[in-house]
Amino acid sequence: MTGNGSGPLLEVEGLVTRYAVPRGIVGALASRPREWVHAVEGVSFRLRRGEMLALVGESGCGKTTTAQSILRLVDSDAGAIRFDGTDITRLSHRNLRPLRRRMQLIYQDPYESLDPRFRVRGIVEEPLLVHGIGSKEERREEAERALELAGLTPPGLYLDRYPHELSGGQRQRVAIAASLVLHPDLLVADEPVSMLDVSVRAGILALLDDLRARGLAILMITHDLSTAARYADRIAVMYLGRIVEEGPAREIVDNPQHPYTRALLSVVPRPDPRERVVPEILRGETPNPVHVPAGCRFHPRCPMAIPECQDVDPELRTPAAASTERHRAACIRV
Amino acid sequence: MTTAPAAELLTRDPDDFEEPRRRRHVVWSVIRTQPQATIGAVVLLAVVVVAALAPYIAPYGERERVGDVFEAPSSEHWLGLDDAGIDMLTLMLHGARVSLIVGFAAALVSMLIGGAIGLLAGYFGGKTDIILMRVTDYFIVIPDIPLMLVVAAIWGRSLTNIILIIGLIYWTTTARVIRAQVKSVRERVYVKRARALGAGHGRVLSKHVLPQVAPLLVAITVLSIAVAIFAETAIAFLGLGDPTLISWGKLIENAFSRSAISVDAWWAIVPPGLAVVVVVLACTMVGRALEDSLNPRLRVGHLSVRHFRLRNLGGEEAR
Amino acid sequence: MRGVSLAIEGGERFGLVGESGSGKTTTILAVMGLLPPNASVAGRVLLDGQDVLARGEASARPHRWRDIAMVFQGAMNAFNPVKRVGDQIAEPMELHGVAEGREAERRVADLLERVGIPPERGSRYPHEFSGGMRQRAAIAMALACNPKVLLADEPTTALDVMVQAQILELLTALANDFGLAVVLVTHDLPVVAQVCSRAAVMYAGEIVETGPVDALHHEPRHPYTRLLYAATPDLHGTGELASIPGAPPRLDRPIAGCPFRPRCDRAFAPCAEEHPALLGVGPGREAACHLNTAVREVSA
Repeated sequence: MTGNGSGPLLEVEGLVTRYAVPRGIVGALASRPREWVHAVEGVSFRLRRGEMLALVGESGCGKTTTAQSILRLVDSDAGAIRFDGTDITRLSHRNLRPLRRRMQLIYQDPYESLDPRFRVRGIVEEPLLVHGIGSKEERREEAERALELAGLTPPGLYLDRYPHELSGGQRQRVAIAASLVLHPDLLVADEPVSMLDVSVRAGILALLDDLRARGLAILMITHDLSTAARYADRIAVMYLGRIVEEGPAREIVDNPQHPYTRALLSVVPRPDPRERVVPEILRGETPNPVHVPAGCRFHPRCPMAIPECQDVDPELRTPAAASTERHRAACIRV
Repeated sequence: MTTAPAAELLTRDPDDFEEPRRRRHVVWSVIRTQPQATIGAVVLLAVVVVAALAPYIAPYGERERVGDVFEAPSSEHWLGLDDAGIDMLTLMLHGARVSLIVGFAAALVSMLIGGAIGLLAGYFGGKTDIILMRVTDYFIVIPDIPLMLVVAAIWGRSLTNIILIIGLIYWTTTARVIRAQVKSVRERVYVKRARALGAGHGRVLSKHVLPQVAPLLVAITVLSIAVAIFAETAIAFLGLGDPTLISWGKLIENAFSRSAISVDAWWAIVPPGLAVVVVVLACTMVGRALEDSLNPRLRVGHLSVRHFRLRNLGGEEAR
Repeated sequence: MRGVSLAIEGGERFGLVGESGSGKTTTILAVMGLLPPNASVAGRVLLDGQDVLARGEASARPHRWRDIAMVFQGAMNAFNPVKRVGDQIAEPMELHGVAEGREAERRVADLLERVGIPPERGSRYPHEFSGGMRQRAAIAMALACNPKVLLADEPTTALDVMVQAQILELLTALANDFGLAVVLVTHDLPVVAQVCSRAAVMYAGEIVETGPVDALHHEPRHPYTRLLYAATPDLHGTGELASIPGAPPRLDRPIAGCPFRPRCDRAFAPCAEEHPALLGVGPGREAACHLNTAVREVSA
């Protein structure tokens, strides 16, 4: 592992990523003004080794685009991304390649992320082949080690299998093994368990927890606040391309300050029927990220909005009622 | 090493794993459940075998004059004699070789060209796609007969030229179908994953994309064989074929130009025509069956009234 | 599916819980008489005392949609993109002879309001609706012929948690205000806990436990129910999350004894030999587990 181990592994500052909305021929001919999807509008956070940060939010909030921007799968329009001290925001793909090995992505759908024509051996060894690492024997050893680390023991039982012969949980473990084989420092997990059965989720989440304990930094994208509360060290809540609240996981869940977070937490169903809370259901749906409201982006749906909210775009700062300085929210009323 | 317990895996019996289904099994089961395709395949195979063995099983020489002009069929000459007194059956068997060679070779050319263009256009998209599709459009528009006339006039009438012409005219369908499938395969998560890993285009195309479109390519190529054989027949019939070679089209041309019809010598025209029809039909049946099961866009099962297939949004219930 | 028996009252919100492969979707399809031709169905579906499946398709058809309606999984994606939403909601009305023309239009507007969609949106096309609104429209379509029973298959699975809350609020209101019996099929235990009064848990094609949702959570009488809750994360909960080892059994082979035995943490002698029957274990509660009978014997 290169780079100094003391600073944060990943630093994101003021990240901005926009997509152009295709206008079509008619639009272009009529010179209609180009519209932009403001997927990520100024996101900043830090992630240390051995830490799990959960990026939480509803669809359209920009969490997936943030992850893709960090991994340079998508080019961002502004802001800075620093990985282990190196600024990778504008790095060319050739120079990026060696760093790419150290950040890996786990996809949401274990049924689609593995090539059905590859055996498990091929899937897990592929990253090594792509980066030209090791001899044939070394690759096999690494693959076996990775499968064991991912909980698929004995590895020999799985190496020659095709994905369709494995259950969802097993496939996800294969995907995790394939990302571990390069010994990454950062793992980005995009909804790693949302497509798996409930009885299987804990196994995968425990695996990620274990990897975190071994020093991996994990960025988990999820819409499931309950999972984030249980496994993440910190939670960052996103809304329309911005982080509206962030802090230690338990603090966010027990003492939410931003009105959006409070509403979100109140509508999460609890398994115990005796703990039914009166849900604070927001009306309507998240607005289109093409037309972000002026001022505070949440104010049209906010139960606590005041006239000033239309003019001020709040910064993240520690709310008055927060238990720790590390808890920050972007709201002028808290 | 304290790994997270692979708890859900401990009780998975090794016997529980299904036997990996080899690709060949898939194709065989398709053919088995589709009698049409099986008949087509059998007929095709028979014709190929017969054509291959032609020099050994033909009763007479293909230039050997054994009787009168347009002699009627008899016990010695099952299909009678042609305008030069040569045994028709022999000619048919030899003609089969040329027709099939041209058919297969031209289909191969169109598969290579169409497949490559479709693959590149579908995978890279953008400008590459636009340019390649423009080129394809121009080729679609080219009228085949006039082109053959021109090529025959300028470069001569050789077997190679015929194969090339047919291949160059008929690759366009292949290109469009393959492009469509490649575009959809390109969006699959495992392809994106390979790219995210840092795999180069070459690797992604050869290892991840091509294996997915290969079965469809095979199906379309089989259909191209039918088209190519038909095209060769037409070319030979118009007198643009290789004059030194016997093919079914040439036989029809001979009979036609020597007025076989006016002397009621049906045996000079009908057998080669029928042969072409049979082979083309056989290829079409096999090709269609393969295409139906391999081209996802043709799946119309969801329109059927009686069946309900529900897609499960997470899990293996309906898989 | 084996021997599934349920009894649901009008205006009740009943949950059918199970993971993939448990047979919950098959159950409600069977109730609607919508299984593919290669399925063989035995048993009865009693609607107000009358067997709906008595004579197969002939007896099922008149009740379909008129009395029992269904919101399919992914229904929000099942709209015809080239027809207006209002027309699609009117379709079942015309098909079942409930209303047509002006009358149908009026009812459609009424339905849209009932599900929380501004009536004028009925003249729009599906792609102009968001996911949540399309789900509401799918519910409206199911309500087109004023059914008594609504079977909802994973109605909120693909939706954001806020939109999910809106839809669940809608289903609750429909049950309360119109006496509609709602069967909510889902793998999501907390959703059932939030919305339903009673629930049945399915595993490997059978019902393994039924009862009020409170009892299911606090006093489960089947190990699968208990483990399922243990595997479900709670927002304010602490403690280890459990995972259940193994995988559901293959349903194409005969199963000896209890189907859950290989994965059960409390399996004992009879579990491998005898298939546990669904027995009453309390008022309004049933469970299929040998542990319940064993306990009774010990205390007898």
